[in-house]
Amino acid sequence: MMVVISPSKMLLKKAAKLLSNRAFSSSQALNAKQMTVRDALNSALDEEMAKDDRVVLLGEEVALYDGAYKVSRGLWKKYGDKRVIDTPITEMGFAGIAVGAAMAGLRPICEFMTFNFSMQAIDQVINSAAKTFYMSAGMINVPIVFRGPNGAAAGVAAQHSQCFGAWYSHCPGLKVISPYNSEDCKGLLKAAIRDPDPVVFLENELLYGSSYPMSDEALSNEFVLEIGKAKVERAGDHITIVAHSKAVETGLDAAKLLAGEGIECEVINLRSLRPLDVNSVCKSVAKTNHLVTIEGGWPQCGIGSEICARIMESETFYHLDSPVIRVTGADVPTPYTKSLEGLAFPQPADVVTAVKKVLGVK
Amino acid sequence: MKVNYFLNTARLSLAYLEKNGCHSLRRSFSVLSSGNAAEVFEEKTSGRWIDKLEFVEPSEAPIPTYRVMDLSGRIIDKSQEPQFGPKIPVEMYRCMALLNTMDRILYESQGQGRISFYLTSLGEEATHMGSAAALNSDDLVYAQYRESGVLLWRGYSLDDFMSQCYGNCDDRGCGKQMPIHYGSRRLNFVTLSSPLATQLPQAVGSAYSFKLTNQPRCVIVYFGEGAASEGDAHAAFNFAATLECPVIFFCRNNGFAISTPSDEQYKGDGIAARAAGYGIVALRVDGNDVFAVYNATQIAREYALKYNKPVILEAMTYRVSHHSTSDDSTAYRSAEDLKHWQEHNNPVKRLKNYLLARNLWSEQQETEWATSARKQVLEAFARAESKLKPQWQEMFTDVYRDIPNHLMKQMKYMEEHVEEYKQHYPLDSFKKN
Repeated sequence: MMVVISPSKMLLKKAAKLLSNRAFSSSQALNAKQMTVRDALNSALDEEMAKDDRVVLLGEEVALYDGAYKVSRGLWKKYGDKRVIDTPITEMGFAGIAVGAAMAGLRPICEFMTFNFSMQAIDQVINSAAKTFYMSAGMINVPIVFRGPNGAAAGVAAQHSQCFGAWYSHCPGLKVISPYNSEDCKGLLKAAIRDPDPVVFLENELLYGSSYPMSDEALSNEFVLEIGKAKVERAGDHITIVAHSKAVETGLDAAKLLAGEGIECEVINLRSLRPLDVNSVCKSVAKTNHLVTIEGGWPQCGIGSEICARIMESETFYHLDSPVIRVTGADVPTPYTKSLEGLAFPQPADVVTAVKKVLGVK
Repeated sequence: MKVNYFLNTARLSLAYLEKNGCHSLRRSFSVLSSGNAAEVFEEKTSGRWIDKLEFVEPSEAPIPTYRVMDLSGRIIDKSQEPQFGPKIPVEMYRCMALLNTMDRILYESQGQGRISFYLTSLGEEATHMGSAAALNSDDLVYAQYRESGVLLWRGYSLDDFMSQCYGNCDDRGCGKQMPIHYGSRRLNFVTLSSPLATQLPQAVGSAYSFKLTNQPRCVIVYFGEGAASEGDAHAAFNFAATLECPVIFFCRNNGFAISTPSDEQYKGDGIAARAAGYGIVALRVDGNDVFAVYNATQIAREYALKYNKPVILEAMTYRVSHHSTSDDSTAYRSAEDLKHWQEHNNPVKRLKNYLLARNLWSEQQETEWATSARKQVLEAFARAESKLKPQWQEMFTDVYRDIPNHLMKQMKYMEEHVEEYKQHYPLDSFKKN
């Protein structure tokens, strides 16, 4: 039995109360160099383009204008307009160009200005990029990265604010990455570019300007993260919180609030949606016996649904002491006005409520 | 669907085309690369201004159609006869006849329930052989689906065709794709994709790749006039023009998109007329004249590689076959129309008449080749039917380069299951590890 918690005004009031009591912890952040998600993505692109001249970047505004979100800043000047290519405005067109270029030996990175527009190219992504290796029985691989901002943005309503994580992760043949912070973005984008299979790389529009600590290792040119491995962002014994992308932050914020009440959450950052590292989730649940999932996407057939299903099908089911709760985006197209928009996506207070419900704590 | 406006006087050289037409050739890069907005605007307005409003009508004169032979196979202008000696036209003819034989037998085999799907190339043979013969073997082919003759010309064997259609253990595609979705890395032929026109932007991407890596290769991409209505076609034309890619857009304008006749598919002057709007050069040829197709493809290739630019080549032909085994064309076209094309404008007969008139072919050879072709096809057919099915494990491979854990687990589980219940499975008909 699963219960979907949708955010409500009442919860927001509770959250405001809890937030006023919360203690900020920033000790980890002070020890390492800070880098924005945008710069982390940019350095991944730069390093891989320098390393392999088959890597090209194409999309709308990626060259002269440095990308609509400035992720490709400076790359056109450095690598020239043969490798950083401004294209006409046709998503199915440049996605198709990228697929064909990959089939003929290049390693294209196809930027969608936002993943919302990738719907106009969906046939090229699913029917060609994802399936060609299989349909050709291994004759033709399509080493391509489709990347761009994904998920809820601010004040841009239904057609610019949605998560495509569940959509793409449904399809065999694709790998789907949904990174959270700067380290994720750098290490996983580099891995995606080097990968022989097509990868959908879902950046978060709201996090581009956020800074996160980067270890010396993460700053090095050789830093690459393995695709398909989740990361425990915070250890805890009482309950497991699983999330991807910006929802990881929501989970960490909730965990801090709950720690103040003596509840220790283990927060897992999925990093990759396909392959999905269910083992890490199961391992954690075997320890905590409780689970809450968080995602910005819609509830039906979502990432949380998938995790619940996998747990149901495994031994981990017997480790659960109570039903799992999914905290998801509200099951509506994203509303524009600020008061409604905030309510449409998971907030720390929603997670706090879900955790308490799962644990039977008042 | 009458091709009635012919052109046969063009000199066959790029230099001639450059001097006497193709103005976009000469305009080329200079203005747009200057980066001066005022100059670009001046160029776009061509410096011509009017002070009264006038509609610009679509051109009344259609783009002329180039041909080398008349309907009876007689060369109209000797200077246009390809200078490739007797071997190639004979080979073209033998290939056409072999293709027809294979098509008829595989089409019937679908009716008998032996394969799930098939479609034939009847009526369009000259577009295949004419274009395939004019390309280099390392030029990359993106086909739509009705281009088996191109593969046959490149050396895909009857066994290759049959094995693919049967999805047996010798199918290079390991039984993963439906019949006629051929692909061959050796022959530079990209595995077919069913959704219409997706191959068009992909072809442009491959051509861009060749340009970027300085490979002297071009890409040819085949499509029908129906597929040209897909948004992908627009995207491909526009991208090929703006990214300046060496690609030949080869349109087989065969009159029908399943049952939709071309006069319901578009209202302008066919596909070639669209080229001007994209700043692309175009050629329209009689697609039932194998030499016209050959000459046009050859010059298109030369142009594409010399300038790193696309060409739109529209071959006017007629789909004598049904669309596929899924339809019956008698429901949407008249028997007289079909008869006209089969009897009076038949690309195979036209080439045969040419060969007979030059003593390159005889009725005796015709009979011998018909017998031999039938024998070859039936033998390959029998071999394909008797071959083992691919290893069933193929189902799990090639989803990703490395098999993911969950698929590996399922494969192992199935292996154990099959081992335990082997008496219930026809394991002898599957290839073993």
